[in-house]
Amino acid sequence: MTGAGLLAGSRRLLHPGPGRADLAGHTARYGPPPSGLGRLEREALIAEVGRAGLTGRGGAGFPTARKLAAVAAGHAPVVIANGTEGEPASAKDRVLMARSPHLVLDGAVLAAELTGAGRAVIVVHRDVREIVGEAAAERARAGLDQVRLEVRTAAEGFVAGQASAVVRWIQQGVPSPTATPPRLAQRGLRGAPTLVQNVETLAHLALIARYGATWFRSAGTPAEPGTMLVTVLGAVRQPGVLEIAIGTQLGHLLDLADGAPAPLQALLLGGYFGAWAAAAKASGRPFSSAGLADLGAGPGAGLIAALPADACGLGETARIMRYLAGESAGQCGPCRFGLPAIAGQVDRLAAGHDADPGLLRRWLGQVDGRGGCAHPDGAVRLVRSALRTFGADVERHAEGRCSGGPAHMLPVPRGGGR
Amino acid sequence: MTGSARLRVDFIACDGRGLCAAALPELITLDDWGFPIVSSRDVPSRLLGDVRATVRACPRLALRLDARAGGHDRSA
Repeated sequence: MTGAGLLAGSRRLLHPGPGRADLAGHTARYGPPPSGLGRLEREALIAEVGRAGLTGRGGAGFPTARKLAAVAAGHAPVVIANGTEGEPASAKDRVLMARSPHLVLDGAVLAAELTGAGRAVIVVHRDVREIVGEAAAERARAGLDQVRLEVRTAAEGFVAGQASAVVRWIQQGVPSPTATPPRLAQRGLRGAPTLVQNVETLAHLALIARYGATWFRSAGTPAEPGTMLVTVLGAVRQPGVLEIAIGTQLGHLLDLADGAPAPLQALLLGGYFGAWAAAAKASGRPFSSAGLADLGAGPGAGLIAALPADACGLGETARIMRYLAGESAGQCGPCRFGLPAIAGQVDRLAAGHDADPGLLRRWLGQVDGRGGCAHPDGAVRLVRSALRTFGADVERHAEGRCSGGPAHMLPVPRGGGR
Repeated sequence: MTGSARLRVDFIACDGRGLCAAALPELITLDDWGFPIVSSRDVPSRLLGDVRATVRACPRLALRLDARAGGHDRSA
């Protein structure tokens, strides 16, 4: 992350500023976290979170207050802070945990108090394991929390961040999603009602507990209030993580990353499970669910990747799709067999020979919505959006012409696959 | 309850043996890899008996009849 521009769009507080991220610096910046709440105070705070309109920042966007209330209704629940960040192009959770570990831990402790959980498990990407572990140790030495904090290193892999996969990782060391029902809020970690919240969501919770719903809603749109962290990468001068008000116009958002050095062709929005949109169509749009819905896109986990005009969108999509196929947990037939089949067709489209677009569409339809988790649906969304956005390229490639070279813009981990 | 029950597949449990599609072609077909595609419409009441028998017969216990319609939420 570059410090420049982090707060420029919003002047918000997820970033503690230039001071140190240790407990003393954190407390000086934000004040002590609310703690020792009585029953009425807990109920009032959950209601305040509901008024704030906070939603999950991991990609699914579920209302946080509803999840808190559902888990609080159960017996002896547990809280899991999800900092797995399995999306290889995203960095926002790691940046947040490195810069503001105590804000995340405040949120995890608060979530535990609000739900009546005695412990919170903090599952973090290995890059920030040490920072978060030290922050937790610092709190333990200070005797700050009544809740037990355990820091665990997350599993790697694209699907490892899905809530049920995180639970299974902690419980069995297997980072694969499990079937729904039961819902985790009813029966999760070792059968206990389990709250799984993305680490950024918990940081927002820690701020709402201090500053209230009205403050939270002073940024964002009435329907989608607050700020969110985004990762901007690709053809921008200053790639990195930004905190933006939800609904910030995409063109402005690219300006916050110091703009594109060359004309843009398309934007990949949300994540690798997200959607491509033509740059000309998308750049005037607000970065929000409402602003992107008719483009078939959404804010997802906050990824914005800019594809320059001289890069090959089909080639990029083929690389990502090959990666996603390899990242299937392999538990469900349509995903295990369908994603490699689809990836093969996208490869052929990009190579410009032997592609069968009719068969590709048939397979997209046969895979969509037919897994135990969201992985196949996300891969299908990506490929469908590529067919919409790069449709003219499909024709050109079939005629042996490609407007761009391989961009290799989006990171795809080597040795991926399971 | 009748009229609002739908078939669901637990794809983690399913291993594509295909018995269900053979037993209940009115509601279940197979995809190109041999895994069941179930009708997303409500199960007609005249088929409820056959559906229950097919659900019981699945060797992987991967089929179920959901009494209440509606999508499922995977977020929690």
